[in-house]
Amino acid sequence: MLNRADLVYEYDGSFHGLMCCVFESYVYQEIPADILSPDTEQTTLLQRRVIVTDEQKAERVLASIPKTMGGEVLDFVWRAYLTCIERKELYILLFLRLGFTHGRRVMNMLADDVVHTLTQAVRHLDREAHLLKGFIRFSITNGALLAEIDPKNSVLPVLVQHFCERYPEERFLIYDKTHAMALAYEPHRPVIFPLEALEQPEPDEEELAFRRLWQLFYDTIEVKGRHNPKCRMTHMPKRYWGNMTEFNRPSSIKQNTRAAEPEKLLLSDTLETIKGGQFHAEG
Amino acid sequence: MDVFEKLKILTDGAKYDVACTSSGVDRKASPGGIGSSEACGICHSFAGDGRCISLLKVLMSNACVYDCQYCVNRRSNDTPRATFTPRELAELTINFYRRNYIEGLFLSSGVVKNPDYTCEQMIEALRLLREEYRFSGYIHAKAIPGADSALLSRLGLLADRMSVNIELPSQASLKLLAPDKTKHSILAPMGFIQSGIRENSTDIVRYRHAPKFVPAGQSTQMIIGATPETDYQILNLTESLYKKYTLKRVFFSAYMPVADNPLLPAPATKPPLLREHRLYQADWLLRFYGFTAGELLDERHQSFNQYIDPKCNWALNHMQYYPMEVNRAPYEDLLRVPGIGVNSAKRIITARRMGSLDFTALKKLGVVLKRAQYFILCNGRTTEGLKISQDAVLRAMMSEKELGMYYHNMPLHDEPEQLSMFAPPPLTQEDIQKCLTGQI
Repeated sequence: MLNRADLVYEYDGSFHGLMCCVFESYVYQEIPADILSPDTEQTTLLQRRVIVTDEQKAERVLASIPKTMGGEVLDFVWRAYLTCIERKELYILLFLRLGFTHGRRVMNMLADDVVHTLTQAVRHLDREAHLLKGFIRFSITNGALLAEIDPKNSVLPVLVQHFCERYPEERFLIYDKTHAMALAYEPHRPVIFPLEALEQPEPDEEELAFRRLWQLFYDTIEVKGRHNPKCRMTHMPKRYWGNMTEFNRPSSIKQNTRAAEPEKLLLSDTLETIKGGQFHAEG
Repeated sequence: MDVFEKLKILTDGAKYDVACTSSGVDRKASPGGIGSSEACGICHSFAGDGRCISLLKVLMSNACVYDCQYCVNRRSNDTPRATFTPRELAELTINFYRRNYIEGLFLSSGVVKNPDYTCEQMIEALRLLREEYRFSGYIHAKAIPGADSALLSRLGLLADRMSVNIELPSQASLKLLAPDKTKHSILAPMGFIQSGIRENSTDIVRYRHAPKFVPAGQSTQMIIGATPETDYQILNLTESLYKKYTLKRVFFSAYMPVADNPLLPAPATKPPLLREHRLYQADWLLRFYGFTAGELLDERHQSFNQYIDPKCNWALNHMQYYPMEVNRAPYEDLLRVPGIGVNSAKRIITARRMGSLDFTALKKLGVVLKRAQYFILCNGRTTEGLKISQDAVLRAMMSEKELGMYYHNMPLHDEPEQLSMFAPPPLTQEDIQKCLTGQI
């Protein structure tokens, strides 16, 4: 086994391309210093080898993973490929090499650096996808549902099943701005395809009415005596707010002033509330 | 009255209900229908108070004939009244659902005319949703105490989860504040739903397509701090509700003053949020950590420690079980270590099959070493350079907020730094217990 610190692989960015890198690594008994995709454009002084995607080689690797490590690992590696961690390709290669040595026990090696890094990354992806199942907001124009997201990980493939099972008779499109990809669905056929930009049509009266109803509900459901913006932020980080109906009210000034409340004041408020409660509990 | 106004009034009346979970059922849309449900539940937003918004939580009506003193919708309260028609409610739900605002509907109601009439209106709304709109999303329906059992079972076949609110943690308080309700009128529907679920589960074994009765189980909630019950009484009640009525969840709601009544805390009283938080922590310990109510509190200790969470508190009072060898301790014991939760305990069990674990490994598994280090050994050793001083242990066991409270309420006579620098008698494990439990 040769650790080639002077060599980097270049692949086409596809999952099958990555599997060909794994194949290559076994053929030449070597581990490259990095695996570069077209997205990670960077100048390097190291020797580059372009790995051409060959379906047959990829299929051989893909067939051997469930055989040696179990189907669960194939799913795990596929998810790892969708994550946003740096050098995920190299980690996946190292993980699979571990897997070909240890078999299905590789998923138990949680204390190993490679396994740990990938597990964390996949957990991040799963969590983001789970949150988006709730935070995605559709606008309805001409009977079609449109939504925009900007996730860190490529969550669309993870979300397909959920939304297809939820809206089997609808036509919908979810646009991932970060990765310039879209998930489109019409009964009963989902597709994921690259999409450079999405022009949202002007909302009609009915759409605007339901947005206002939702905003009204959102404002009313809060128990004002328990106002706790920090807790809200922990559960629903601000980076999701941009695409959410309840926070997009161009005409409303009230919302803006509330968002701009100084953080310190609120913290001390919370503390006050808690202290109040504690005295109450004693009394 | 337009739908905006109705939504405002009927949301306002429902907001004090705590349960907003959408968990317990896995289901996809029926052919030609809309809606699915995931067993883990999905939060769609979080309100400004940090509470999850998963369901469209509204009342069918707030025109209540009852006069419960702790309730905003009581008859004697001067507040605007509104009532949804079943059709309005179904349309609102579907339109919110299509836009992915919500996971489903949470429907409660004040008692209009009488319990049976109210229940019929709710049934009609749910029937429209399920049959006409072919809606398979989540529905949580509140059982109206006193309604006919035939109506309750109809409701139970349409809803995923049902709940009957205990409201107040004792019969005496109920009598005082909710004269129209009795312990019996609350527990009867609870028992009815439980037996319905039980019978249904045998039906499902026999006939695969038997309609499901309350598949996500039932829950309840009670108000904390409006009446004088202690944490000990509340926790015991909670435990017996889980055991006797096989409830899925018991929710607690810190009392928000809504009425100026000599029987209730004054309107300026802050809600006992910390107390509510401690009760939820204890509730988790009952459901997932194998604790019993009697272990956490007893006759002599009727209230939770305000500075330390119930699990740490238990650990510090039972130092004889520690330190625990992480590489050998069974799962149930690992769960009793502060800093180790359900997930990290499971990961420890998995990972130690591949070789013994050290402290670096534990960190990767998600163990909070800051707390756990005082209670565990890895291969017979503590973490390197572990100093057991009062200040260090205190800091480790408390969150920043709790620490702030502690120093604010009982400033130490010595500066904490001085304690460890000039008077460094190393504390034994027994001393930790003393310094925390004895002093606080």
